[in-house]
Amino acid sequence: MNTTTADRDELPIAGDDDVVRVRQLVRTFAVKAKLSLVDQTKLVTAASELARNTLNYGGGGVAAVELVSNGRRPGIRAVFTDEGPGIPNIDLALTDGWTSGSGLGLGMSGARRLVDEFEVETTVGRGTTVSIVKWAR
Amino acid sequence: MDRVPILRIGDVLLVSIQVDLQDQSVLALQEDLAEQITATGAHGVIIDISGVEIVDSFIGRMFATIASTSRLFDADTVVVGMRPAVAITLVELGLTLGKVRTALDLEKGLVILRRSAAERLVSDGLDESDEHDEAVRADS
Repeated sequence: MNTTTADRDELPIAGDDDVVRVRQLVRTFAVKAKLSLVDQTKLVTAASELARNTLNYGGGGVAAVELVSNGRRPGIRAVFTDEGPGIPNIDLALTDGWTSGSGLGLGMSGARRLVDEFEVETTVGRGTTVSIVKWAR
Repeated sequence: MDRVPILRIGDVLLVSIQVDLQDQSVLALQEDLAEQITATGAHGVIIDISGVEIVDSFIGRMFATIASTSRLFDADTVVVGMRPAVAITLVELGLTLGKVRTALDLEKGLVILRRSAAERLVSDGLDESDEHDEAVRADS
């Protein structure tokens, strides 16, 4: 299942170098949606945090990036899916400074602040999907 | 994995990050720098990030770790050349960089290191004269 069109692309996240590839893919799309440089940087940074989470906590997964529109403005949606252990307490995971691993605990909470829309779906034992959207101004 | 080269200029080590860093390269850089500082006795480290498009929490933490580690080897660290978009993003992300010193560009970073090197000389001088005083006292 590797659909690649001009408006949608996805990448596996199985290693460190994939996190870099996801950053580059999201950057390419952000430029396409004509996001400002600051918004591009925010989106790519958020994507970097989430891709690393997918790798380190979800045991790897997939990042899907697509061009979206709300009728008035273009935007970018990035969805990070893993089939890892899931997040038992999502409120805790979204708290600044809380970490289940060795990180700073800024990944989830920081990423949420950097984008316009942020959704998490998680089931313990099944996996986690985090979806973010950033709209062009 | 890309390894970031470390250049030596006098007693300053210069790291210019020009690639999109993967986490393993970040960890390797931390180790390489610690080794280089001890091997060369460098008193300053400059990390040039003018070529860096994003700094996320992992890369940001590297700066803090490198600064603390270098401190243990009596070396100061200055991060230079941060892009405006990166700075804005870092603040929103919630990363403060702790006690990491920053400067607008390489030149200003070198000035900071030169100044702290001068202070170091002054305090070293004081230490020596203290020892000398003690030696005199011991003699008398």
